[in-house]
This record gives sequence, C-alpha cells and structure tokens, in this order.
Amino acid sequence: MAHRDAGFVRRWLTEAARAVERDADRLTELDSAIGDADHGNNMRRGALAVVAALEKEPRTTPGAVLLLAGRTLVSTVGGASGPLYGTLLRRAGKALGDAERVADTELRDALRGGADAVAQLGGAAPGDKTMLDAVRPAVEALPDYAAAGAAAARGAADTVPLRARKGRASYLGERSVGHMDPGAASAALLFGALARVAAAEAAAGGVSDG
Amino acid sequence: MKMLINVPERVVADALRGMADAHPELVVDAENRVIVRRDAPVAGKVGLVSGGGSGHEPLHGGFVGPGMLDAACPGEVFTSPVPDQMVRAAAAVDSGAGVLFIVKNYTGDVLNFDMATELAADEGIEVARVLVQDDVAVTDSLHTAGRRGTGGTLFVEKMAGAAAEEGAPLARVAEIAQRVADSSRSFGVALAAPTTPAKGSPTFDLPPGELELGIGIHGEPGRERRRIMTSGEFADYALDVLLDDLRPDAPLLLLVNGMGGTPLLELYGLNAEVRRVLRERRIAVARTLVGNYVTSLDMAGASVTLCQVDEELLRLWDAPVSTPGLRWGR
Repeated sequence: MAHRDAGFVRRWLTEAARAVERDADRLTELDSAIGDADHGNNMRRGALAVVAALEKEPRTTPGAVLLLAGRTLVSTVGGASGPLYGTLLRRAGKALGDAERVADTELRDALRGGADAVAQLGGAAPGDKTMLDAVRPAVEALPDYAAAGAAAARGAADTVPLRARKGRASYLGERSVGHMDPGAASAALLFGALARVAAAEAAAGGVSDG
Repeated sequence: MKMLINVPERVVADALRGMADAHPELVVDAENRVIVRRDAPVAGKVGLVSGGGSGHEPLHGGFVGPGMLDAACPGEVFTSPVPDQMVRAAAAVDSGAGVLFIVKNYTGDVLNFDMATELAADEGIEVARVLVQDDVAVTDSLHTAGRRGTGGTLFVEKMAGAAAEEGAPLARVAEIAQRVADSSRSFGVALAAPTTPAKGSPTFDLPPGELELGIGIHGEPGRERRRIMTSGEFADYALDVLLDDLRPDAPLLLLVNGMGGTPLLELYGLNAEVRRVLRERRIAVARTLVGNYVTSLDMAGASVTLCQVDEELLRLWDAPVSTPGLRWGR
C-alpha cells in the first residue's frame, strides 16, 4: 500500500490547476449551453489562487494542503462551484488530520467524506447532472488512480443525456438534455490530474511502501 | 461584440473605482469588494446586506444608502460573491441590532450566504436571512433549484430598508422582507441574449424574429421560444402567468423593468399595455416604477414584477430613499 505526502497532494492540485487553465474555454463553452457561461473563468481564478496560496504558505501535511486549497477556493471562486469544491477539499483535508503521510485508502476515505459533504451542501443525488456524477465514481474507483481518472471522465460523459435537477441548468428542464454538465467536466479534470500525478510518481519509483 | 472596457478580468474592479468616484456618500472598498453607506453602522439600526453577481446594476450596489441597503457585495459578473465579502459587509454595518441578508434564490448565492451566516455568527453578529424567489417562469419543484430571485428583490430591499430606517428590530425587518418576497411575482422576456465580458459573445443564440419567454437575469435561456410578439401580446401573456400565480386581492406595486438593452421608450410602451390588461381585469395599481433596475448586462428585453401591498407596505414603499439607483422623498 502506497503512502502519500504533502508534496503529492501539492503536485496533484498544481496539475489540476494546469488542466483547468488549459480547458477553461471548454468549461465556459459547456456552461454557456446550460448555465451562465462563467464556469471556466471561475475555476481558472480559483486554480490560480490555489497555486499562489500553496507557494506562499507551504504546508507540510496532505491534510493541511487540502484545507488551504479548499479555503482558498471558497474565498475566491464564488458561485456554487466555490463552496462545493471548497467543501470537497476542506472536508477531505479535515479528515486526514495532521498525519505527514497518508495511505491511499485513507485518501480515498477522506475524499469520499468530502463527496458526502458536497452532496449534503448542494442536496444533489446521483443522476442529477452535477459534479457528483463524476466525483462519486472516481472516489469509488480509488485507490486505483488510473481507474479513478477514467471513471470521472466517463461519469462526466454520462451526464450528457441527463436532465439537470440542481443549479442553474435545472431552469432549462428538458432543454438541459444533450449537454455535458460543466461541473462534472471540471471534476473529471481534477481526477484526471490525480491519475497523471500518481502515474508519474509510480514511474519515478517515488512511491514509498508502507 | 464590442465593449467599452479595459480588460475583461478587471470589469468589476474598474466599475467599483468609478462608483467610488461618483458617489462620495458611499464607501466603496474595491479591494475587498464591499459597498457600504458612509454613515454605517447607524446606531440602533438593523443593517441590511445584499449581494450577488455583477451585471445587474443598479442592483445591488446602486441601492445602498439611507432607506434601503446598508451594504452590498458585488461578485464577478453573474457569479455569487464569496462569504468573506458578506462577513466583512455584515461587520461594517452591524450596530449591535443585527443584520439581515437579502438573498436571491440561486444555488451559488444561497451556498455562499449560508457559509457567511455561520461565519458571522462566529464573530458574534446576529444574522437573519430572507430568500427572494419571485420568478414564476421556473417551476418550483424537486426537479429544479426553485424559483429565481429577480425584480422582486428591489421591492424587498426598498421596503425592508424603510422598516429598518424607522428603527424596527431585526425580527420585524425580516418579517416585512419575507412578506414582500412572498407577495412578489416576476416574469421576463429576452429579445437578444446578453454578452458577458469573459465570453465576448452572446450567452445563447436567439435568431432574428424570435424571442425567449421566461428568461432569468444571468443569460440563461428561458422556458419557451416563440416568434416575436408585440408589447400588447407579451403583456397579455405575462399577466396571465403572473396573476394566475399571485391571485391578488389588494392593490399592486408594478415594476416594468428593462434588462439593460431595451430603450425606455419601449418600456413605457410595455407599461401602457400592462396597465391595459390590469384595467381589463379590474386590478388596481398603487404605484408604478419603469426603468432599468434589475438588469442582465446588455440583454434586450424586459420583466414585469407585481407586488401585492397593504397600507403598511405602501407606506414603506413611499418612505424616503436616497441611493444612486432609487431616490425620492427627501
């Protein structure tokens, strides 16, 4: 069983920020179809702020890195995405406590707790066409990181035929069918980044045994 | 789409700088994005705080001043502000009499104001919250985020603001705000989608010769697309929907609101048609407001908001107000 330190989580969030930056226009385009055309911009603003915060305030445990990132998202993103993504990371960070290294299964359990908190905050159920439709399958595929990245991407793609029941897209009713949920798309970026960072660490032989 | 701006990223910050220059009676903190009336906190008075995405001006920042809001928190364009702004605003206006958050019902606004309410309580500020959900175009069911807050927000901010200015305690101000919110209904139409600075092109595609019924104020498409209507046809349609939902048994406040890209000439024409329909149905109008108050950037279109009022609410509506966006009686 592999263990992960603060550097791993920092590399994950930095890679996720890069992915958001790269795909920001696509996220905004998706949000334009069924939302209000700002998801890419809001996530980009949050991603930049997280990278800056992690550089400015170095944290030495995985939990502290997630807490700082979550708090930064709440303070900079706004909209629904800020509280929801912020809650996902903060709750996960809180669950990890101040352990310097955490097992993959502990990281999974912490993220599962984060997903539960997001569901509670936003009141969304599976199939409501939200970020959770990508987050849930990804978390359940952990600790297989590659599978988690793929599951998130599949979960996002599977939101296309769904009718939105939460958030601004729900105003459209049937007209929300046929479009990918922007929040699920950004969640797929988050877990895609996690998969890449884990693969890079495995290739570098940097994973320690525990 | 052409815009008279510097760069999209700085649209809100630039507007706040300009607002500070134009309105010395307000304290505009462009860094932390909070607009506060200069004499806040007013001793013994309940503080009224609202906020939401930018792009709806004069809502909310233009309604800060005596008789209306004590503070407003502007978010990014069409994006809810963050809890930090709301807590800062609450702290700036709390005289010890407590603070009322006026929240439009959007997922983001609700989540951020909820977080702010918890954080403010941690700082010892008593906060009550009223949710405005007046847009009848959205079916309020388990399958949606519920009705949106739109034009009715102006009525809530004005009348709750007047009650607070008179010295009413927090529970009473909140009760009045809730009563106004519950008595308000809105319905809107778009002739052309708005263009957000970040996207640079219209947020949805609306072909020539068509309009979108039941739109919100964030560039989201509405509930139905139709061939273009006359103002008379739209008034008939909108009032059917509104009156069916409100079923008024008291006089109305009427707001014929422009979305930002429709001339006053058209809005007054629409007002005439709305009044025609109300006359035909023998429904009295106590006061009328026509203009661009709850806008959606440069969207062409309009909304009609009705609010049923008793004598007390009418008195609060008529009470003096002195803000950049609404001003009378003193």
